[in-house]
Amino acid sequence: MPLAIDVHDLVKRYGSRTVVDHVSLAIEQGRICGFLGPNGSGKTTTLRMICGLLTPDGGGGTCLGHDLVRERDAIKRQAGYMTQRFGLYEDLTIRENLEFVGRVYELDRLKERVDGALERLGLATRQGQLAGALSGGWKQRLALAACVLHEPKLLLLDEPTAGVDPKARRAFWDEIHAYAAQGITVLVSTHYMDEAERCHEIAYIAYGELMARGTADEVIAQSGLTSYIATGPGADRLAPKLRDAPGVTAAAAFGATLHVSGPDRERLLAAIAPLRTDSIKWTEAPPTLEDVFIHLMGRAHDNAPGG
Amino acid sequence: MWARLIAIVIKEALQLKRDRLTFAMMFGVPIMQLLLFGYAIDTDPRNLPTAVIAADDSQITRTVLSALANTGYMRFTHRPASEAEANALLQRGEVQFVVTIPSDFTRRLVRGERAQIAIDADATDPMAAANPLAAAQPAIMQALARDLVGPLAGLRARPDAVELVLQRRYNPEGKARLNIVPGLLAVILTMTMVMMTALAVTRERERGTMENLLAMPVRPIEVMIGKILPYVVIGSVQVAVILFVSRLLFDVAIEGSVALLALGTALFIIVNLAIGFTISTVTQNQLQAMQASIFILLPSILLSGFMFPFRGMPVWAQWLGETLPATHFMRLVRGLMLKGAGFGDVTGELLALLAILLIVTTVAVSRYKVTLD
Repeated sequence: MPLAIDVHDLVKRYGSRTVVDHVSLAIEQGRICGFLGPNGSGKTTTLRMICGLLTPDGGGGTCLGHDLVRERDAIKRQAGYMTQRFGLYEDLTIRENLEFVGRVYELDRLKERVDGALERLGLATRQGQLAGALSGGWKQRLALAACVLHEPKLLLLDEPTAGVDPKARRAFWDEIHAYAAQGITVLVSTHYMDEAERCHEIAYIAYGELMARGTADEVIAQSGLTSYIATGPGADRLAPKLRDAPGVTAAAAFGATLHVSGPDRERLLAAIAPLRTDSIKWTEAPPTLEDVFIHLMGRAHDNAPGG
Repeated sequence: MWARLIAIVIKEALQLKRDRLTFAMMFGVPIMQLLLFGYAIDTDPRNLPTAVIAADDSQITRTVLSALANTGYMRFTHRPASEAEANALLQRGEVQFVVTIPSDFTRRLVRGERAQIAIDADATDPMAAANPLAAAQPAIMQALARDLVGPLAGLRARPDAVELVLQRRYNPEGKARLNIVPGLLAVILTMTMVMMTALAVTRERERGTMENLLAMPVRPIEVMIGKILPYVVIGSVQVAVILFVSRLLFDVAIEGSVALLALGTALFIIVNLAIGFTISTVTQNQLQAMQASIFILLPSILLSGFMFPFRGMPVWAQWLGETLPATHFMRLVRGLMLKGAGFGDVTGELLALLAILLIVTTVAVSRYKVTLD
């Protein structure tokens, strides 16, 4: 499979601060790659560099076979970028927004395409409403429809489902999978673990550095983490006692249960040993993606200068 | 209550400190106003350029001329050979007055016949012409009283020994509104055009639609022209309305070529829109854009010759005024509407507008970025 995105050693600095530090990313055509990482980790900056909105300070590569810097216009014509903040015009109607986007891309059969997009969205009857009047979930779906109007080969989505309810999120992801089935490559940044699991592969970035790469299972396996779940009365209240214990990277309550994880099995067992009582049952469980990410975040933080 | 009040005050002060442009504007605008009102603006302009046609060269003629010069209002800058040449100077606005002393002036004066001196004034701006004309007659009489000695002493007693023929050209009744309408045209266009474009672009940045726009394949020049064009139409409608209403209510007609007026106006509108666009490339939000527009508007009112006679300003302020498109547009419109000027008379102003447009557009295009860097 040819690579839709093939960038290496991307660097972006703002003053003395390095926001993206030598990030390399290769994504095959037709794959959905989840881009994960804490806030301010450089996800948006990386996406902007890939779609030609920012000029990298170092590194380079190709996007859809076009050079990141020199062939910016060609990339813009073939890629769709959905901004984190609603980027369409709230004071234009749904239809007017789509028509504007279509005209900017100089699309033929504009009416037909806009009609089609409205039909797929299920917004045909509301096409005369102002985009600003839509709810968050609908705004995101409209933005996605605008993004794919010119039939791009690559979609770059920056936290498209932030603040959207679960039903609308599910609908949104069904659409993403439908596009991938058509051969469109998708790079989507998110904070949601369930969304990460719906991706073909994930890339985890923290403090500007790429920390993990692969399918969800691969990333979990690579982490080498061990996880235990404690159940029983008061298990969830043990979290504060374990959080700072040596060998524990994460201890979090999930309802009445407690999830604990750490990179070293022996040290983790040592940490939970004093808390083994008759009423609380400890069982080993496969680590979740969230456990892995919190672990990775801590590791990146250790590496970060002054962190 | 006090703690909460103080909390708000501290927060506001911090925000103000971060907003450098507002901060600069708060101090810049009053200082600018003070300087302009205090130093630059003289509603009683002096040393106005004057052309002299002295067909009669005698001691008495020289006395009369030096008396006029001594009023401080006139400065003899041109000595045209003919009346036609003098008229052209007046039409182009190079001189404010033309003083004509006929060839029989001395002869008639000595014979005790009424001798005439003609002063033609460019009265488009009645304010600039009124005082000099009022001062001329007494100055001449005084000087003659001093010089008419010996056999001519008898003429002194006669108040009508010299008749001053005053002609207020272009605005014979000295009506201020004739002058105000062209000026208003310039000010209204400056105000709306600069502000509207400045806001149109910053709005995109403020609402977050700029990022989306930049991610699409549009070129800066396309965005710029596309943003400007609708406002060109709005500006043209504004002009048509102003001209129509002035015609209807103030009886201000267009003396010169309408096509030329349309050309000049179109150029002026585009210059203003380009300035607005440039402002939007340096400001971050709509408030800053608004303030920066006022920064352009204020001198356009004060230094362009709209509110105060241009020649009443010191040289540095005049230079500043020359950099403003409103100054050139105002001269152009006054020339066309009141003086019936032709293409040749307004080429200078057209070229000046074109030069400003070129500079501003270059800045705008170089400042506008295709990326978010």
